[in-house]
This record gives sequence, C-alpha cells and structure tokens, in this order.
Amino acid sequence: MKSLEELQAIRAKMQGRVGFRSEDESQTRVVVGMATCGIASGARPVLSALADAVQEEGLNNINVTQTGCIGLCQYEPIVEVMEPGKEKVTYVKMNPEKAMEVFRLHLKGGQVVTKYTLAAEQK
Amino acid sequence: MMPEIALNILDVAENSVRAEADLVEIEVQIDTRKDFLSVLIRDNGCGMTQEQVQRVIDPFFTTRTTRKVGLGVPFFKQAAENADGSFSIRSKPGKGTEVKAVFRLSHIDRMPLGDISGVIHTLVVFHEPTEFCYRYTYDDKTFVLDTREMRAILGNVSLKEAEVSDFIKDYLETNKAEVDGGKQV
Repeated sequence: MKSLEELQAIRAKMQGRVGFRSEDESQTRVVVGMATCGIASGARPVLSALADAVQEEGLNNINVTQTGCIGLCQYEPIVEVMEPGKEKVTYVKMNPEKAMEVFRLHLKGGQVVTKYTLAAEQK
Repeated sequence: MMPEIALNILDVAENSVRAEADLVEIEVQIDTRKDFLSVLIRDNGCGMTQEQVQRVIDPFFTTRTTRKVGLGVPFFKQAAENADGSFSIRSKPGKGTEVKAVFRLSHIDRMPLGDISGVIHTLVVFHEPTEFCYRYTYDDKTFVLDTREMRAILGNVSLKEAEVSDFIKDYLETNKAEVDGGKQV
C-alpha cells in the first residue's frame, strides 16, 4: 500500500515556493462546464487534458477550473477561455484532442481557434 | 445516461460541493460473494426539504434555477434499478444529504464502474478547500484517501500543485490495484 509519507518530502520541497501561484487579474481563466450535461458528454477527460497540459508546461498564468451548467447543454462539453482585457471565447463540443489544439494555438499561441467556437457552430 | 458509475458519482458529488458541504464522504464497496456493488455519497451541505428530495428523484419536476435539481440523480437511480439494485436519498435541511445506490454486481445491465480513481482525483484537486474522504473496498480489502490527513501533512501547500496532484493520482491508482488486484469492475 502506498502511504502518505511522500507528502512530507513534497511539503519540504514546496515550502519555499508557496504563494507562487498568483490569482490576480493577469490570470487567464479556463473554465470547463461540469454539470450532468457536461459530464455525460465527456467533460472530465477534457478538464484533465487541459489541467495536465497547463501543469506540464508550468504555465502559472493559466488557471483551469470547473463550473456548473453553462446553459447550453446541447453544445457540451464546453470550455470557456477568459483572458484579461479580452472578450470571452466559448469553445463547444470539445474532446481532449480539440482541447489540446485550443491549448496549443490559443492558450500558448494567442490565436483563437475559430472553427470550434460557439459562433462557428451556430452558423 | 452516463456511461460509467464513476461519472454518476462525480455528478452527485458535484451537487454536494455546490450545497456548500465542507466534507464529502464517498464509499465504493464491491462484494463478489454477496454479488453487489454499492456507492454511498454523504455530505454535510445545506441539505434539502422532504419536498425537494421528492423533486430530485423525479426528472419531470425539475427546475433549472435550482442546480441540485436535474437529471443527475434520476440517472443514478435508474442505473441502479436497471441492475436489480436499489436507490435511496435522505436529506435534512442544515444537516446534509446521503445518497446510496446498490447494483447487482453480476447483472448484465450493470454499467462498468469506470475510471473511479480519475473521478476522485478530479473532485479532490478541483474543489479545494472542500474535504473528501474516499473509501474503496473490494471484498475484505480497503483503502482510504482522506484529504484532511493530507492537508495536515501539507500545511498550506495546495492539492493543486503538480507534485501533490501527481502523488494523489498515483496513490489512488496504486492502492486501488492492490485492493482489487487490478480487476476490471
């Protein structure tokens, strides 16, 4: 059985770095809808993929969180990207692969992936 | 319908978090001899009145203004009853809510448990500061993950930190495999 012992070491290592994660206005927020509609259509793998990617690349200015029902159940899984000073971008019918494209092109590259947005879907 | 029991657990536990619970207990018990799989989700959130409980189990009396009310609970109930099981929900305003679903393990219509470790990881990491106590039992073996114990060791280090998050994932997967021998449930 794995015990909690390793956490002691992690704590000792992290001690000096606590408070590093800033939660101010300069943060980009990435929000995944995780109500019944989102979960049923596959939001959990999307959330994990985004959170893992942000973590792996150490992007401390991006905060991946979850929320309840956004009110557009037929378009789930939905990912909203809120960058400071910019209009919110709503990506619809996401899956982990599409989410990775959004991660690469939008979150890292600054380019909105228009083909996956709500506006494109509604056309 | 959800494809896995684990996703039903995620959905119902999300309700607990939204009901402002500071402790959510989740128990998954598999008994191959008595042929059942049971799931218990208990929280100390705001709870519901008797009338609200009735509404929650009926998908056609839902209101979209109350987030606790919707298809989540009826999905879970139906999944259990389809597998020759049972479902109950008990709640008291100001005290909390307890949801219990039992499935017949060998029933042909029982949906798979699914990625339960992944679901618990998602709940624990994305809902700070809500505390979770998760217990997984397979026949005579059990393991427990209690975020209160973790936090006592970690102090003010967040569960969201990469190394802690990876540890939690590993802890869940390793211990689950030890308890159930890596069997697909």
